[in-house]
Amino acid sequence: MTGKVSRAAILTIYALIVAVPLVVVLFGSFKTTPEIFANSFAPPGSLNVDNFAEALTNGNLGVAFINSTIITSSSVTVTLFIGSLAAYGISRIPGWRGWTLYGFIVLGMSVPVQANMIPQYVQFGSLGLLDSQIGLILINIVVTLPVAVFIMGGFMRTLPDELYEAADIDGSGPWRTYYRIAVPLSAPSIAATATFLLVMHWNDLLYPLLFISSEDNLTLPLALLRFQGQYLTNYPLLFAGVVLTSIPIVVLYVLLQRFFVAGMTNGAVKG
Amino acid sequence: MTAAATPSRRRRLFRSNRRVPPTLFLFPVPALVLYVTFFVIPTLQTFQYSTTNWNGYSADYDVLGLANFQRALTGDLLFTNALTNNLKFMVVVVIGQTFLGLLLAVLLVRNTRTTIFLRALYFFPTILSSVSVGFIWKFVYDPNFGVINSTLGALGLDGLKSPFLGAEGQAIYWLAITQIWFHAGMMVVIFIAGLQAIPAELYEAARVDGASKWRQFRSITWPLIAPAMSIVVAYTTIQSFKAFDIVLSISGNPPSSSLDILSTRIYSSFANAEFGYAATQSVLFIAFIAVITFVFRRFLRLIQGSES
Repeated sequence: MTGKVSRAAILTIYALIVAVPLVVVLFGSFKTTPEIFANSFAPPGSLNVDNFAEALTNGNLGVAFINSTIITSSSVTVTLFIGSLAAYGISRIPGWRGWTLYGFIVLGMSVPVQANMIPQYVQFGSLGLLDSQIGLILINIVVTLPVAVFIMGGFMRTLPDELYEAADIDGSGPWRTYYRIAVPLSAPSIAATATFLLVMHWNDLLYPLLFISSEDNLTLPLALLRFQGQYLTNYPLLFAGVVLTSIPIVVLYVLLQRFFVAGMTNGAVKG
Repeated sequence: MTAAATPSRRRRLFRSNRRVPPTLFLFPVPALVLYVTFFVIPTLQTFQYSTTNWNGYSADYDVLGLANFQRALTGDLLFTNALTNNLKFMVVVVIGQTFLGLLLAVLLVRNTRTTIFLRALYFFPTILSSVSVGFIWKFVYDPNFGVINSTLGALGLDGLKSPFLGAEGQAIYWLAITQIWFHAGMMVVIFIAGLQAIPAELYEAARVDGASKWRQFRSITWPLIAPAMSIVVAYTTIQSFKAFDIVLSISGNPPSSSLDILSTRIYSSFANAEFGYAATQSVLFIAFIAVITFVFRRFLRLIQGSES
Protein backbone atom coordinates (compact mmCIF):
# COMPACT_ATOMS: atom_id res chain seq x y z
CA MET A 1 0.00 0.00 0.00
CA THR A 2 1.35 3.41 -0.93
CA GLY A 3 -0.19 4.96 2.22
CA LYS A 4 1.91 2.77 4.46
CA VAL A 5 5.08 3.41 2.51
CA SER A 6 4.68 7.17 2.53
CA ARG A 7 3.83 7.11 6.24
CA ALA A 8 7.02 5.21 7.01
CA ALA A 9 8.99 7.51 4.71
CA ILE A 10 7.74 10.69 6.39
CA LEU A 11 8.35 9.35 9.89
CA THR A 12 11.85 8.13 9.01
CA ILE A 13 12.85 11.35 7.32
CA TYR A 14 11.70 13.44 10.25
CA ALA A 15 13.45 11.09 12.68
CA LEU A 16 16.67 11.69 10.71
CA ILE A 17 16.11 15.45 10.69
CA VAL A 18 15.86 15.36 14.47
CA ALA A 19 18.62 12.86 15.14
CA VAL A 20 21.36 13.71 12.63
CA PRO A 21 22.24 17.18 14.00
CA LEU A 22 22.29 15.75 17.53
CA VAL A 23 24.56 12.87 16.55
CA VAL A 24 26.88 15.16 14.60
CA VAL A 25 27.26 17.36 17.68
CA LEU A 26 27.84 14.40 19.99
CA PHE A 27 30.47 12.94 17.65
CA GLY A 28 32.00 16.36 17.07
CA SER A 29 32.54 16.98 20.76
CA PHE A 30 35.26 14.29 20.69
CA LYS A 31 36.94 15.50 17.49
CA THR A 32 39.36 18.20 16.41
CA THR A 33 38.34 20.99 14.07
CA PRO A 34 40.04 19.42 11.00
CA GLU A 35 38.33 16.11 11.75
CA ILE A 36 34.91 17.78 11.88
CA PHE A 37 35.53 19.68 8.67
CA ALA A 38 36.78 16.55 6.90
CA ASN A 39 33.65 14.53 7.68
CA SER A 40 31.22 15.68 10.34
CA PHE A 41 29.10 12.52 10.12
CA ALA A 42 31.83 9.99 10.88
CA PRO A 43 32.12 8.65 14.42
CA PRO A 44 35.13 9.99 16.32
CA GLY A 45 38.35 7.98 15.86
CA SER A 46 39.01 8.02 19.60
CA LEU A 47 37.31 9.22 22.77
CA ASN A 48 39.45 12.32 23.05
CA VAL A 49 38.17 14.42 25.96
CA ASP A 50 40.40 17.48 25.43
CA ASN A 51 37.42 19.58 24.34
CA PHE A 52 35.53 18.78 27.51
CA ALA A 53 38.54 19.59 29.66
CA GLU A 54 39.01 22.93 27.96
CA ALA A 55 35.30 23.79 28.16
CA LEU A 56 35.25 23.03 31.88
CA THR A 57 38.35 25.04 32.72
CA ASN A 58 39.04 27.87 30.24
CA GLY A 59 35.41 28.04 29.21
CA ASN A 60 34.25 28.37 32.82
CA LEU A 61 31.73 25.57 32.41
CA GLY A 62 32.96 23.85 35.58
CA VAL A 63 32.07 26.85 37.76
CA ALA A 64 28.91 27.41 35.77
CA PHE A 65 27.86 23.80 36.24
CA ILE A 66 28.03 24.18 40.02
CA ASN A 67 26.23 27.53 39.91
CA SER A 68 23.48 26.21 37.68
CA THR A 69 22.99 23.23 39.98
CA ILE A 70 22.67 25.46 43.05
CA ILE A 71 20.45 28.04 41.35
CA THR A 72 18.16 25.55 39.63
CA SER A 73 17.66 23.29 42.64
CA SER A 74 17.02 26.21 45.01
CA SER A 75 14.64 27.92 42.59
CA VAL A 76 12.68 24.74 41.94
CA THR A 77 12.43 23.79 45.62
CA VAL A 78 11.30 27.19 46.84
CA THR A 79 8.87 27.70 43.96
CA LEU A 80 7.30 24.30 44.62
CA PHE A 81 6.98 25.08 48.32
CA ILE A 82 5.56 28.61 48.08
CA GLY A 83 3.53 27.70 45.00
CA SER A 84 1.97 24.62 46.57
CA LEU A 85 1.10 26.56 49.74
CA ALA A 86 -0.69 29.14 47.61
CA ALA A 87 -2.30 26.51 45.40
CA TYR A 88 -3.58 24.66 48.46
CA GLY A 89 -4.92 27.75 50.26
CA ILE A 90 -6.56 29.15 47.15
CA SER A 91 -8.11 25.85 46.14
CA ARG A 92 -9.77 25.57 49.56
CA ILE A 93 -11.05 29.14 49.74
CA PRO A 94 -14.69 28.93 48.69
CA GLY A 95 -16.60 30.94 46.11
CA TRP A 96 -15.45 33.98 44.18
CA ARG A 97 -12.61 34.81 46.55
CA GLY A 98 -10.77 31.61 45.68
CA TRP A 99 -11.34 32.10 41.97
CA THR A 100 -10.26 35.73 42.06
CA LEU A 101 -6.98 34.91 43.81
CA TYR A 102 -6.34 32.05 41.39
CA GLY A 103 -7.10 34.23 38.36
CA PHE A 104 -4.96 37.10 39.67
CA ILE A 105 -1.87 34.92 40.04
CA VAL A 106 -2.42 32.83 36.91
CA LEU A 107 -2.83 36.01 34.84
CA GLY A 108 0.93 36.42 35.27
CA MET A 109 1.49 33.54 32.81
CA SER A 110 0.30 35.66 29.92
CA VAL A 111 2.74 38.47 30.75
CA PRO A 112 5.92 38.10 28.66
CA VAL A 113 9.31 38.62 30.29
CA GLN A 114 9.84 41.79 28.28
CA ALA A 115 6.86 43.36 30.04
CA ASN A 116 8.58 43.69 33.38
CA MET A 117 12.28 42.90 33.05
CA ILE A 118 13.50 46.52 32.95
CA PRO A 119 11.80 47.69 36.18
CA GLN A 120 12.85 44.38 37.76
CA TYR A 121 16.44 45.13 36.85
CA VAL A 122 16.17 48.56 38.47
CA GLN A 123 14.43 47.12 41.52
CA PHE A 124 16.99 44.35 42.04
CA GLY A 125 19.78 46.88 41.52
CA SER A 126 18.45 49.08 44.31
CA LEU A 127 18.21 46.03 46.59
CA GLY A 128 21.81 45.04 45.82
CA LEU A 129 20.63 41.78 44.24
CA LEU A 130 22.24 42.14 40.81
CA ASP A 131 25.15 39.84 40.01
CA SER A 132 24.12 37.66 42.94
CA GLN A 133 22.94 34.06 42.99
CA ILE A 134 20.32 34.95 45.61
CA GLY A 135 18.94 37.62 43.28
CA LEU A 136 18.77 35.17 40.39
CA ILE A 137 17.03 32.57 42.55
CA LEU A 138 14.53 35.18 43.73
CA ILE A 139 13.66 36.32 40.20
CA ASN A 140 13.35 32.70 39.05
CA ILE A 141 10.84 32.04 41.82
CA VAL A 142 8.85 35.15 41.04
CA VAL A 143 8.51 34.54 37.31
CA THR A 144 7.51 30.89 37.65
CA LEU A 145 5.07 31.22 40.55
CA PRO A 146 2.10 31.82 38.22
CA VAL A 147 2.67 28.64 36.22
CA ALA A 148 3.33 26.62 39.40
CA VAL A 149 0.09 27.84 40.98
CA PHE A 150 -1.69 27.16 37.69
CA ILE A 151 -0.65 23.52 37.43
CA MET A 152 -0.80 22.57 41.12
CA GLY A 153 -3.86 24.72 41.92
CA GLY A 154 -5.73 23.30 38.95
CA PHE A 155 -5.03 19.82 40.28
CA MET A 156 -5.84 20.57 43.92
CA ARG A 157 -9.19 22.03 42.95
CA THR A 158 -10.25 18.59 41.81
CA LEU A 159 -9.60 17.01 45.23
CA PRO A 160 -13.05 16.39 46.75
CA ASP A 161 -14.48 18.61 49.50
CA GLU A 162 -15.31 15.56 51.59
CA LEU A 163 -11.61 14.85 52.00
CA TYR A 164 -11.02 18.19 53.69
CA GLU A 165 -14.24 17.94 55.70
CA ALA A 166 -13.15 14.58 57.05
CA ALA A 167 -9.75 16.02 57.91
CA ASP A 168 -11.36 18.99 59.70
CA ILE A 169 -13.64 16.69 61.69
CA ASP A 170 -10.65 14.60 62.73
CA GLY A 171 -9.22 17.79 64.18
CA SER A 172 -6.49 18.21 61.56
CA GLY A 173 -5.57 21.89 61.18
CA PRO A 174 -5.04 23.45 57.71
CA TRP A 175 -1.27 23.10 57.91
CA ARG A 176 -1.41 19.45 58.85
CA THR A 177 -3.99 18.83 56.14
CA TYR A 178 -1.63 20.51 53.69
CA TYR A 179 1.32 18.23 54.24
CA ARG A 180 -0.52 15.06 55.22
CA ILE A 181 -3.28 15.10 52.60
CA ALA A 182 -3.05 17.78 49.90
CA VAL A 183 0.65 17.37 49.06
CA PRO A 184 0.77 13.55 48.93
CA LEU A 185 -2.42 13.37 46.87
CA SER A 186 -1.11 16.03 44.46
CA ALA A 187 2.20 14.27 43.93
CA PRO A 188 1.70 13.74 40.17
CA SER A 189 1.00 17.43 39.52
CA ILE A 190 3.88 18.45 41.79
CA ALA A 191 6.22 16.14 39.86
CA ALA A 192 5.00 17.58 36.56
CA THR A 193 5.53 21.12 37.85
CA ALA A 194 8.98 20.18 39.13
CA THR A 195 10.18 18.87 35.76
CA PHE A 196 8.80 21.90 33.97
CA LEU A 197 10.54 24.30 36.37
CA LEU A 198 13.73 22.27 36.24
CA VAL A 199 14.03 22.48 32.47
CA MET A 200 13.03 26.12 32.44
CA HIS A 201 15.52 27.30 35.07
CA TRP A 202 18.37 25.10 33.86
CA ASN A 203 18.04 26.40 30.32
CA ASP A 204 17.13 30.03 30.93
CA LEU A 205 19.41 32.64 29.43
CA LEU A 206 17.53 35.94 29.69
CA TYR A 207 17.64 36.59 33.44
CA PRO A 208 21.26 35.47 33.89
CA LEU A 209 22.16 37.70 30.94
CA LEU A 210 20.35 40.65 32.53
CA PHE A 211 21.43 40.11 36.12
CA ILE A 212 24.80 38.35 36.16
CA SER A 213 28.06 40.04 35.19
CA SER A 214 30.99 38.37 37.00
CA GLU A 215 32.56 35.08 35.94
CA ASP A 216 32.09 33.58 39.40
CA ASN A 217 28.32 33.73 39.03
CA LEU A 218 27.88 32.48 35.43
CA THR A 219 25.19 29.90 34.76
CA LEU A 220 25.63 27.24 32.06
CA PRO A 221 23.67 28.91 29.24
CA LEU A 222 25.39 32.23 29.93
CA ALA A 223 28.85 30.65 30.03
CA LEU A 224 27.99 28.81 26.82
CA LEU A 225 26.83 32.00 25.14
CA ARG A 226 30.18 33.61 25.98
CA PHE A 227 31.89 30.86 23.96
CA GLN A 228 30.39 32.50 20.94
CA GLY A 229 32.38 35.66 21.37
CA GLN A 230 35.54 33.96 22.60
CA TYR A 231 35.87 30.97 20.34
CA LEU A 232 33.78 32.13 17.39
CA THR A 233 33.83 29.01 15.25
CA ASN A 234 35.72 26.59 17.43
CA TYR A 235 33.05 23.98 16.81
CA PRO A 236 34.57 21.13 18.86
CA LEU A 237 34.56 23.32 21.93
CA LEU A 238 31.03 24.61 21.28
CA PHE A 239 29.86 21.02 20.86
CA ALA A 240 31.54 19.86 24.06
CA GLY A 241 29.81 22.76 25.83
CA VAL A 242 26.45 21.76 24.38
CA VAL A 243 26.94 18.14 25.44
CA LEU A 244 28.06 19.05 28.98
CA THR A 245 25.16 21.46 29.45
CA SER A 246 22.63 18.94 28.23
CA ILE A 247 23.80 15.82 30.09
CA PRO A 248 21.85 16.28 33.36
CA ILE A 249 18.56 17.09 31.62
CA VAL A 250 18.99 14.31 29.06
CA VAL A 251 19.65 11.75 31.81
CA LEU A 252 16.54 12.89 33.68
CA TYR A 253 14.52 12.85 30.45
CA VAL A 254 15.45 9.26 29.75
CA LEU A 255 14.60 8.22 33.32
CA LEU A 256 11.47 10.28 33.87
CA GLN A 257 10.18 10.73 30.36
CA ARG A 258 6.50 10.57 31.19
CA PHE A 259 6.75 13.38 33.74
CA PHE A 260 8.73 15.51 31.33
CA VAL A 261 6.26 15.26 28.51
CA ALA A 262 3.29 15.86 30.84
CA GLY A 263 4.94 18.63 32.83
CA MET A 264 6.42 20.56 29.93
CA THR A 265 3.31 20.31 27.82
CA ASN A 266 1.07 21.39 30.71
CA GLY A 267 3.37 24.16 31.75
CA ALA A 268 3.94 25.54 28.30
CA VAL A 269 0.39 25.33 27.07
CA LYS A 270 -0.97 27.68 29.68
CA GLY A 271 -4.66 27.00 29.78
CA MET B 1 -6.97 21.80 29.73
CA THR B 2 -10.63 22.74 29.49
CA ALA B 3 -11.27 22.91 33.20
CA ALA B 4 -14.81 23.57 34.31
CA ALA B 5 -16.21 22.68 30.93
CA THR B 6 -19.61 21.41 32.00
CA PRO B 7 -22.00 23.15 34.41
CA SER B 8 -22.02 20.32 36.92
CA ARG B 9 -18.25 20.24 37.04
CA ARG B 10 -18.09 23.98 37.38
CA ARG B 11 -20.46 23.86 40.35
CA ARG B 12 -18.30 21.28 42.02
CA LEU B 13 -15.17 23.34 41.49
CA PHE B 14 -16.75 26.23 43.37
CA ARG B 15 -16.25 24.88 46.83
CA SER B 16 -19.42 25.00 48.93
CA ASN B 17 -19.74 28.15 50.94
CA ARG B 18 -19.29 26.52 54.29
CA ARG B 19 -16.93 28.10 56.79
CA VAL B 20 -13.29 27.34 56.29
CA PRO B 21 -10.54 27.88 58.88
CA PRO B 22 -9.48 31.54 58.61
CA THR B 23 -5.82 30.50 58.69
CA LEU B 24 -6.30 29.18 55.15
CA PHE B 25 -6.08 32.74 53.94
CA LEU B 26 -2.47 32.86 55.17
CA PHE B 27 -1.32 30.14 52.76
CA PRO B 28 -1.26 32.29 49.60
CA VAL B 29 0.38 35.21 51.40
CA PRO B 30 4.08 34.44 50.64
CA ALA B 31 3.29 33.89 46.96
CA LEU B 32 1.15 37.02 46.79
CA VAL B 33 3.76 39.21 48.46
CA LEU B 34 6.49 38.08 46.04
CA TYR B 35 4.19 38.22 43.03
CA VAL B 36 2.88 41.71 43.72
CA THR B 37 6.24 43.18 44.74
CA PHE B 38 8.47 41.76 42.04
CA PHE B 39 6.05 41.01 39.23
CA VAL B 40 2.87 43.10 39.24
CA ILE B 41 4.46 46.39 40.28
CA PRO B 42 7.33 46.13 37.75
CA THR B 43 4.79 45.36 35.03
CA LEU B 44 2.91 48.57 35.83
CA GLN B 45 6.20 50.49 36.01
CA THR B 46 6.99 49.46 32.45
CA PHE B 47 4.06 51.57 31.31
CA GLN B 48 5.30 54.47 33.41
CA TYR B 49 8.88 54.20 32.06
CA SER B 50 7.59 54.00 28.51
CA THR B 51 6.69 57.68 28.48
CA THR B 52 10.13 58.86 29.64
CA ASN B 53 13.66 59.17 28.34
CA TRP B 54 15.22 57.69 31.49
CA ASN B 55 18.66 56.19 30.94
CA GLY B 56 18.59 53.85 33.94
CA TYR B 57 21.01 55.61 36.26
CA SER B 58 20.60 59.39 36.37
CA ALA B 59 18.30 60.85 38.98
CA ASP B 60 16.28 62.97 36.58
CA TYR B 61 14.55 62.35 33.29
CA ASP B 62 11.91 64.01 31.13
CA VAL B 63 8.37 62.82 30.63
CA LEU B 64 7.89 62.72 26.88
CA GLY B 65 4.31 61.54 26.68
CA LEU B 66 3.80 59.53 23.52
CA ALA B 67 6.94 60.73 21.72
CA ASN B 68 8.69 57.39 22.27
CA PHE B 69 5.79 55.55 20.68
CA GLN B 70 5.90 57.87 17.70
CA ARG B 71 9.64 57.30 17.39
CA ALA B 72 9.26 53.52 17.45
CA LEU B 73 6.42 53.35 14.97
CA THR B 74 7.50 55.99 12.49
CA GLY B 75 11.13 57.01 12.89
CA ASP B 76 13.10 53.98 14.04
CA LEU B 77 14.30 51.72 11.24
CA LEU B 78 15.81 49.27 13.72
CA PHE B 79 12.46 48.79 15.39
CA THR B 80 10.47 48.45 12.17
CA ASN B 81 13.10 46.03 10.85
CA ALA B 82 12.77 43.90 14.02
CA LEU B 83 8.99 44.02 13.76
CA THR B 84 9.03 42.95 10.11
CA ASN B 85 11.47 40.14 10.86
CA ASN B 86 9.36 39.02 13.79
CA LEU B 87 6.19 38.91 11.69
CA LYS B 88 7.90 36.86 8.95
CA PHE B 89 9.34 34.57 11.60
CA MET B 90 5.94 34.19 13.27
CA VAL B 91 4.07 33.36 10.07
CA VAL B 92 6.52 30.63 9.07
CA VAL B 93 6.77 29.18 12.58
CA VAL B 94 3.02 29.16 13.20
CA ILE B 95 2.12 27.62 9.86
CA GLY B 96 5.06 25.23 9.73
CA GLN B 97 4.89 24.05 13.30
CA THR B 98 1.11 23.62 13.31
CA PHE B 99 0.94 21.62 10.10
CA LEU B 100 4.06 19.56 10.75
CA GLY B 101 2.80 18.86 14.27
CA LEU B 102 -0.62 17.82 13.00
CA LEU B 103 0.80 15.67 10.19
CA LEU B 104 3.15 13.80 12.51
CA ALA B 105 0.44 13.44 15.16
CA VAL B 106 -1.97 11.90 12.65
CA LEU B 107 0.75 9.42 11.67
CA LEU B 108 1.63 8.63 15.29
CA VAL B 109 -1.81 8.59 16.87
CA ARG B 110 -1.92 4.86 17.57
CA ASN B 111 0.02 3.60 20.59
CA THR B 112 2.62 1.09 19.44
CA ARG B 113 6.19 0.64 20.53
CA THR B 114 7.47 2.42 17.42
CA THR B 115 5.13 5.40 17.69
CA ILE B 116 5.91 5.87 21.38
CA PHE B 117 9.63 5.81 20.61
CA LEU B 118 9.25 8.30 17.75
CA ARG B 119 7.18 10.67 19.90
CA ALA B 120 9.95 10.62 22.52
CA LEU B 121 12.57 11.24 19.83
CA TYR B 122 10.63 14.12 18.23
CA PHE B 123 10.09 15.64 21.68
CA PHE B 124 13.78 15.47 22.53
CA PRO B 125 14.91 18.88 21.17
CA THR B 126 12.37 20.58 23.46
CA ILE B 127 14.39 19.72 26.56
CA LEU B 128 17.60 21.30 25.24
CA SER B 129 18.52 24.88 26.07
CA SER B 130 17.92 27.45 23.36
CA VAL B 131 21.61 28.31 23.49
CA SER B 132 22.48 24.69 22.69
CA VAL B 133 19.96 24.55 19.86
CA GLY B 134 21.41 27.79 18.47
CA PHE B 135 24.92 26.32 18.44
CA ILE B 136 23.77 23.03 16.93
CA TRP B 137 22.06 24.84 14.07
CA LYS B 138 24.90 27.28 13.60
CA PHE B 139 26.83 24.23 12.47
CA VAL B 140 23.94 22.66 10.52
CA TYR B 141 23.83 25.91 8.51
CA ASP B 142 27.61 26.42 8.27
CA PRO B 143 28.09 27.44 4.62
CA ASN B 144 31.33 25.47 4.11
CA PHE B 145 31.30 22.46 6.40
CA GLY B 146 27.74 22.40 7.72
CA VAL B 147 25.45 19.39 7.79
CA ILE B 148 23.19 20.57 4.96
CA ASN B 149 25.75 21.90 2.51
CA SER B 150 28.13 18.97 2.93
CA THR B 151 25.24 16.53 2.38
CA LEU B 152 24.23 18.42 -0.77
CA GLY B 153 27.85 18.36 -1.91
CA ALA B 154 28.10 14.59 -1.36
CA LEU B 155 24.92 14.08 -3.38
CA GLY B 156 26.34 16.17 -6.22
CA LEU B 157 23.69 18.85 -5.68
CA ASP B 158 26.08 21.77 -5.31
CA GLY B 159 23.59 24.04 -7.05
CA LEU B 160 21.27 23.82 -4.06
CA LYS B 161 23.89 24.93 -1.54
CA SER B 162 22.99 28.07 0.36
CA PRO B 163 24.72 30.54 2.66
CA PHE B 164 21.63 30.15 4.92
CA LEU B 165 22.02 32.59 7.81
CA GLY B 166 24.43 34.62 5.71
CA ALA B 167 21.79 35.28 3.06
CA GLU B 168 20.34 38.57 4.18
CA GLY B 169 16.79 38.25 2.90
CA GLN B 170 16.41 34.59 3.86
CA ALA B 171 18.15 34.36 7.22
CA ILE B 172 15.00 34.88 9.26
CA TYR B 173 13.25 31.98 7.48
CA TRP B 174 16.14 29.64 8.22
CA LEU B 175 15.89 30.70 11.83
CA ALA B 176 12.18 29.86 11.71
CA ILE B 177 13.04 26.33 10.57
CA THR B 178 15.36 25.94 13.55
CA GLN B 179 12.55 27.09 15.84
CA ILE B 180 10.17 24.55 14.26
CA TRP B 181 12.71 21.76 14.78
CA PHE B 182 13.02 22.89 18.38
CA HIS B 183 9.33 22.79 19.32
CA ALA B 184 7.39 20.67 16.82
CA GLY B 185 7.70 17.61 19.07
CA MET B 186 5.68 19.28 21.78
CA MET B 187 2.95 20.17 19.29
CA VAL B 188 2.84 16.50 18.26
CA VAL B 189 2.11 15.56 21.89
CA ILE B 190 -0.67 18.15 22.17
CA PHE B 191 -2.26 17.08 18.87
CA ILE B 192 -2.09 13.39 19.77
CA ALA B 193 -3.94 14.10 23.02
CA GLY B 194 -6.59 15.94 20.97
CA LEU B 195 -6.82 13.17 18.35
CA GLN B 196 -7.12 10.42 20.93
CA ALA B 197 -10.08 12.25 22.49
CA ILE B 198 -12.09 11.86 19.24
CA PRO B 199 -14.48 8.88 19.62
CA ALA B 200 -13.44 5.96 17.40
CA GLU B 201 -17.11 5.23 16.54
CA LEU B 202 -17.18 8.35 14.36
CA TYR B 203 -14.50 6.90 12.10
CA GLU B 204 -16.17 3.50 12.06
CA ALA B 205 -19.47 5.06 11.00
CA ALA B 206 -17.67 7.05 8.31
CA ARG B 207 -15.94 3.91 7.01
CA VAL B 208 -19.27 2.08 6.88
CA ASP B 209 -20.59 4.97 4.81
CA GLY B 210 -17.60 4.56 2.50
CA ALA B 211 -15.90 7.85 3.28
CA SER B 212 -12.31 8.18 2.05
CA LYS B 213 -9.38 8.83 4.40
CA TRP B 214 -9.22 12.42 3.25
CA ARG B 215 -12.97 12.84 3.66
CA GLN B 216 -12.75 11.42 7.20
CA PHE B 217 -10.00 13.90 8.02
CA ARG B 218 -11.97 16.84 6.64
CA SER B 219 -15.29 15.95 8.25
CA ILE B 220 -14.27 14.40 11.57
CA THR B 221 -10.66 15.12 12.52
CA TRP B 222 -10.39 18.73 11.36
CA PRO B 223 -13.45 20.13 13.14
CA LEU B 224 -12.92 18.04 16.29
CA ILE B 225 -9.25 18.93 16.59
CA ALA B 226 -10.22 22.61 17.01
CA PRO B 227 -9.46 22.88 20.76
CA ALA B 228 -5.96 21.39 20.34
CA MET B 229 -5.45 23.55 17.26
CA SER B 230 -6.22 26.76 19.11
CA ILE B 231 -3.85 25.78 21.92
CA VAL B 232 -1.07 25.07 19.43
CA VAL B 233 -1.59 28.25 17.45
CA ALA B 234 -1.80 30.47 20.53
CA TYR B 235 1.25 28.85 22.08
CA THR B 236 3.29 29.00 18.89
CA THR B 237 2.39 32.62 18.23
CA ILE B 238 3.46 33.76 21.69
CA GLN B 239 6.55 31.59 21.55
CA SER B 240 7.64 33.08 18.23
CA PHE B 241 7.65 36.49 19.90
CA LYS B 242 9.36 35.21 23.01
CA ALA B 243 12.25 33.65 21.08
CA PHE B 244 15.38 35.36 22.34
CA ASP B 245 18.13 33.01 23.51
CA ILE B 246 18.17 31.19 20.21
CA VAL B 247 18.73 34.41 18.23
CA LEU B 248 21.65 35.46 20.41
CA SER B 249 23.29 32.04 20.27
CA ILE B 250 22.89 31.50 16.54
CA SER B 251 23.77 35.06 15.55
CA GLY B 252 25.76 36.62 18.42
CA ASN B 253 25.02 39.49 20.76
CA PRO B 254 23.88 41.87 19.38
CA PRO B 255 22.42 39.81 16.51
CA SER B 256 22.83 40.74 12.85
CA SER B 257 20.07 43.02 11.59
CA SER B 258 18.62 40.27 9.39
CA LEU B 259 17.94 38.16 12.51
CA ASP B 260 16.98 40.95 14.92
CA ILE B 261 13.47 40.44 16.32
CA LEU B 262 11.47 42.44 18.86
CA SER B 263 12.75 40.70 22.00
CA THR B 264 16.39 41.17 20.96
CA ARG B 265 15.74 44.77 19.90
CA ILE B 266 14.26 45.57 23.32
CA TYR B 267 17.27 43.99 24.95
CA SER B 268 19.67 46.01 22.77
CA SER B 269 17.93 49.28 23.68
CA PHE B 270 18.09 48.27 27.32
CA ALA B 271 21.79 47.39 27.02
CA ASN B 272 22.30 50.83 25.41
CA ALA B 273 20.94 52.43 28.59
CA GLU B 274 17.76 53.59 26.88
CA PHE B 275 15.50 52.27 29.63
CA GLY B 276 12.58 54.54 28.77
CA TYR B 277 12.61 53.72 25.09
CA ALA B 278 13.14 50.00 25.75
CA ALA B 279 10.04 50.09 27.96
CA THR B 280 8.10 51.79 25.13
CA GLN B 281 9.04 48.94 22.81
CA SER B 282 8.01 46.46 25.52
CA VAL B 283 4.56 48.06 25.70
CA LEU B 284 4.21 47.84 21.93
CA PHE B 285 5.45 44.25 22.08
CA ILE B 286 2.70 43.33 24.57
CA ALA B 287 0.11 45.10 22.42
CA PHE B 288 1.21 43.24 19.25
CA ILE B 289 1.02 39.87 21.00
CA ALA B 290 -2.45 40.65 22.35
CA VAL B 291 -3.80 41.79 18.98
CA ILE B 292 -2.25 38.93 16.99
CA THR B 293 -3.43 36.27 19.44
CA PHE B 294 -6.94 37.71 19.29
CA VAL B 295 -6.98 37.81 15.47
CA PHE B 296 -5.66 34.23 15.20
CA ARG B 297 -8.30 32.93 17.58
CA ARG B 298 -11.03 34.61 15.55
CA PHE B 299 -9.60 33.32 12.30
CA LEU B 300 -9.38 29.75 13.59
CA ARG B 301 -12.95 29.81 14.82
CA LEU B 302 -13.98 31.06 11.41
CA ILE B 303 -12.27 28.39 9.31
CA GLN B 304 -13.04 25.52 11.61
CA GLY B 305 -16.61 26.55 12.37
CA SER B 306 -17.55 26.80 8.70
CA GLU B 307 -16.55 23.25 7.84
CA SER B 308 -18.42 21.25 10.44
